[in-house]
Amino acid sequence: MSLEDDARARNVRSAWALSAPALLILLLAAAGPLLIVAVYSFLSPGKYGNVEWVFSLDGWRGILFTKDIFDDTLKLADAHLTIFWRSVKLSLLTTGITFLVGFPTAWFIATRPPRARAFWLFLITIPFWTNLLIRTFAINEVIRNEGLFNTVMIKLGLFDTPLRIINTDAAVLMGMTYVYLPLMVLPLFAAIDRFDMRLLEAGYDLYASRWQVLRRVILPIVKPGIIAGSILVFVPSLGAYVTPRVLGGGKNMMIGNFIELQFGQGRNWPLGAALSMTLLIVVMAALLIYVRAANKGGNGHG
Amino acid sequence: MADASFQPSRIPGFATVAVLAFVCLYLPIFTLVAYAFNAGTSIAVWEGVSLHWFARAWENEAVKSATLRSLLIATTASAVSTAVATLAALGTTRRAAYHGQTFIYVLINQPLMVPEIVTAVALMIFFGVIKQWTGYQGLGYLILAHTAFCIPFAYLPIRARLEGMDLSLETAASDLYASNWQTFRHVTLPLLAPGILAGAMLAFVISLDDVVITEFVKSGGQDTLPTYMLGQMRRAITPEVNAISTGLLGLTVILLTAFFLLTRKKG
Repeated sequence: MSLEDDARARNVRSAWALSAPALLILLLAAAGPLLIVAVYSFLSPGKYGNVEWVFSLDGWRGILFTKDIFDDTLKLADAHLTIFWRSVKLSLLTTGITFLVGFPTAWFIATRPPRARAFWLFLITIPFWTNLLIRTFAINEVIRNEGLFNTVMIKLGLFDTPLRIINTDAAVLMGMTYVYLPLMVLPLFAAIDRFDMRLLEAGYDLYASRWQVLRRVILPIVKPGIIAGSILVFVPSLGAYVTPRVLGGGKNMMIGNFIELQFGQGRNWPLGAALSMTLLIVVMAALLIYVRAANKGGNGHG
Repeated sequence: MADASFQPSRIPGFATVAVLAFVCLYLPIFTLVAYAFNAGTSIAVWEGVSLHWFARAWENEAVKSATLRSLLIATTASAVSTAVATLAALGTTRRAAYHGQTFIYVLINQPLMVPEIVTAVALMIFFGVIKQWTGYQGLGYLILAHTAFCIPFAYLPIRARLEGMDLSLETAASDLYASNWQTFRHVTLPLLAPGILAGAMLAFVISLDDVVITEFVKSGGQDTLPTYMLGQMRRAITPEVNAISTGLLGLTVILLTAFFLLTRKKG
């Protein structure tokens, strides 16, 4: 018995020892600093940025409310709500659209003959590995006022004046869909690739329609891929910073840009810290719901 | 089914959507590259083919130093993160359940879950305090930050490779009186090499790609290529940005092609 205990203790010790360097770096430069943000969210803003070490709940209150300049009454901060709503709406739409486009794309790749499949997979991996900023800039080349889309439309005589897409919510949505599409396709492909195509024949043999086969056979089995793809798209969309900054202009801010503003011109670090914690909590909640759903799906089939 | 040509895996409309998706993915990139060869000074009007903007970018000292800085950070961060991720992968796979397993797993994957902007803000505050205490303003902060968020990217392919590996070869080595180190050096490591290489390349590209965390952590005069480009986009954009993008794009495609060929050869 004690020999077994000894082996188990050694097992635990070596697991921790081997992981220690990685954990140390992560605690120092990823997880640890989050605690400081939590602390800062309960302090008072300094006059020229930074914080003063005086406890205050104004940072958290400031997420939803503004103080009236004249009589100090609290009012709902409409401008903030607009930004939150835009962030959630655009992230959900991005996830939805990338799924609608990504599922057929992943299916198409997975059903190619092996050699062609490697080629199509390569084509989807190149944008995946390409710098996000470059891709945002590339979509900008197409949709800006003098860009490819408007030039072609005017040349064809379809438009008289360029359609203003840039600096709108639509531009941000198009940009995020474009940028995050490979993140949806790759996990979907991985799930579909493992899918046993004989199940389709079985479905059709049992007189299922195409829609029924898609709904009742394919979707339940590739569900883990759908969940993974949705997390991979939704989480970075909600915290997006670069795409809304480049394509949305100054006015169409998302939470990410709003947070930056508090540490820059806004000079309200506690509010920025509270907003960061809120974003973190929302993302963690979304991840938890997804993980629950994924586990439930797994048990149902196992 | 009576129809011999009936393919159950074919779903009408899917191929059309897929091909359109690929066109939409590549059209913007081709446009971006095309305008890098524009002879004119604007990114709006086409004035003939020229390499003018590549020459301009090449001679630009700011671009040159940003490129070197990007490469230095990416090389260091990917090397360190791959090394510690390899150790962590060896520590967390192929063993009986142990105390703290979930904690270690969550901490390693933490950078994948926390929005980049939140980490960026946290590091800006934390490193800001340390900068004041120590007076040190160097590249160390950027390298440390990059190393941290590269760890999960290096870890995942290594872990996947380890989990797919057969234990019997290592058991055989031990049976033949190889020491733990000999088994690791001559059996485990060679088998693990493709995973380590994949992890290192992923980490390198992720580091090279980073905008948000770098933008918040960098001190004055520490622009990397992406933050330099982001700064340029705020001003009037010239095809110089297209030329730099095309260069980076070329590097990515070359690395990726090499990676595909390498892994294919090894099976």
